Amino acid sequence: MLRIDLATYQAIVAHAKRDHPDEACGVVAGPDGSDRPQRWVPMVNAARSPTFYEFDTSDLLQLYKDMDANDEEPVVVYHSHTATEAYPSRTDIGLASEPNAHYVLVSTREHGNSEGPVEFRSYRIIDSEVTEEEVAVDDELRRA
Amino acid sequence: MAVEVRVPTILRTYTGGEKAVSGQGATLSEVIDDLESNHPGIKERLVEAKDGHSDLRRFVNVYVNDEDVRFTGGLGTSVSDGDQVVVLPAVAGG
Repeated sequence: MLRIDLATYQAIVAHAKRDHPDEACGVVAGPDGSDRPQRWVPMVNAARSPTFYEFDTSDLLQLYKDMDANDEEPVVVYHSHTATEAYPSRTDIGLASEPNAHYVLVSTREHGNSEGPVEFRSYRIIDSEVTEEEVAVDDELRRA
Repeated sequence: MAVEVRVPTILRTYTGGEKAVSGQGATLSEVIDDLESNHPGIKERLVEAKDGHSDLRRFVNVYVNDEDVRFTGGLGTSVSDGDQVVVLPAVAGG
């Protein structure tokens, strides 16, 4: 199961809506081994494409250096699909290289840049095998 | 010449879980061959044959002292004692 706080969830959704019709991408880093996504890092889609995403290679290096320095790992790796469902494509599966990460897919196909609900789904992708998992959004304000 | 090679999570199965290993060579290509002799199987994950010669795989990024080697001569990039080589798989998809 992916447990994520409401502010981070909303930031990812807003990023996907803003970049529509291109795919948006990013990570949420968290302490090594904690499985807690804490630090949202939106990334530039160097491909600037409605059907492909790729982190810019120098941004990618900086991201991993920062995570290394902070003893963090990419707990969530997310990207959007802008015309299809929030399910990993064959390319997504082939290129997934973080066996410990939750791969989050957001689909903006329904409402594009406008208000309205999006599909927000999470998967494990290990050795090309996709397993969907539950998403629990923690609303700290509501709990307080 | 000895360099430090930082290994991404997905390739640590070849390095017994080590995050960093040392390699020898005057070029990136030689360093990768040296890695292969100590960690068999790792080269195949980094390099592929393209038009009759070997090249880095499209979705593998390698940096020597923070420079993406695609801009510094690819596998022919020279390395010196104490350099740091970082391997990072692309974060990409469709």
